[in-house]
Amino acid sequence: MAYKILIIDDSPTMRQLLVFALKRLSGIEVVEAADGVDGYKKLTSGKIDLILADINMPVMDGLKLVSIIRSNPDYKDIPIVMVTTEGGKEDREKAISLGANAYLTKPIQAPQVLSIVKELLKIT
Amino acid sequence: MSDEKNIFSRAEEFMQLFKKGADFTQELLKENERLRFKMVQLEEENNLAKLSGGDSSNTLIAELNKKLQGLEQEMQKLLERHREVEDENKDFANRYLEIEQENNNLANLYVASYQLHSTLDFKEVLQIILEIIINLIGGEMFGILLLDEKTNELTAVATEGVEREDIPLIKIGVGIIGGVAKSGDNYFVDEIKPFSKFNPTIPIVCIPLKIKEHVIGVIAIYKLLEQKPKFSALDYELFTLLAGHAATAIFSSKLYSESERKLSTIQGFINLLTK
Repeated sequence: MAYKILIIDDSPTMRQLLVFALKRLSGIEVVEAADGVDGYKKLTSGKIDLILADINMPVMDGLKLVSIIRSNPDYKDIPIVMVTTEGGKEDREKAISLGANAYLTKPIQAPQVLSIVKELLKIT
Repeated sequence: MSDEKNIFSRAEEFMQLFKKGADFTQELLKENERLRFKMVQLEEENNLAKLSGGDSSNTLIAELNKKLQGLEQEMQKLLERHREVEDENKDFANRYLEIEQENNNLANLYVASYQLHSTLDFKEVLQIILEIIINLIGGEMFGILLLDEKTNELTAVATEGVEREDIPLIKIGVGIIGGVAKSGDNYFVDEIKPFSKFNPTIPIVCIPLKIKEHVIGVIAIYKLLEQKPKFSALDYELFTLLAGHAATAIFSSKLYSESERKLSTIQGFINLLTK
């Protein structure tokens, strides 16, 4: 089964890093977006199975994006993983309370990302 | 007379009876003898059977013992091989983890290198260096300083977590940053202590940006993200990569920007002359 993962980060370096990590899983298709608005547009224009989103982004930040996604019944069950530099407990709790399923802090390690993605997509 | 006859007749009867008893006893004795003979015969047969049967079971036991010893030796060999295979498995597992780590590191280095050379725009190159330091190294407060060869001063051209104006001009050879720019050697603090106060002249890491042995600037890191307590082996490789590739990318993009500007000026003059 093929899964489509949406990466939302304003840093092309970070997006490429995540794409590289996800390439190790077979049957993964990646869609990229540079900010929250672009990300939401990509979400609504195709079937997305999981979202990896940064918090600090221009136009619309990651937390606002999570709350908008969760308020839409069509997307309320899509797993969202925050990938951010914000390592504080409050940021983590806020993201989780808004509906994020997991919270990863930068600098990320590929195995860590893969482990969470596999868990959320139930890939064995 | 009749009494006598009667007595004789009874004696005769008794004699016959006695004779019968004697015959019966003789028969019993004969039978007894026959049975004794039979028993002796059977005992002999039994002994013979035992003797012949004992030899074969001893041989069988000896054979079985031999086989058992062989199997035990084989089992020992198999156990030894099993231990060897287990050790090999552990080695492979460790090697796999090392290769996995190396693979991750190479992927990160590839991404950093790819991004650094993906543009000839000076501002974009600086932005990419900032992104690499944030996302791959975990820097929170840092600056990129370039050397002005006319004044021999280092000027902050891009920063993260700190304002550009907060980093003063630094003379080459002065302090940690100036010293790195002069020597061309990396600087790392021995131990990263909890961040207390920003001091623009005291970084925890200072990396020279070098093209061959020519230093064109430095990267000074003052603070790491709170989830990043110390540097990893990959960080040192990234610093080495940044020292060379970032310098080349900065230098090329600056040259390209200048040539573009000059080209534009020349084009303007040509347009004026030809009109």
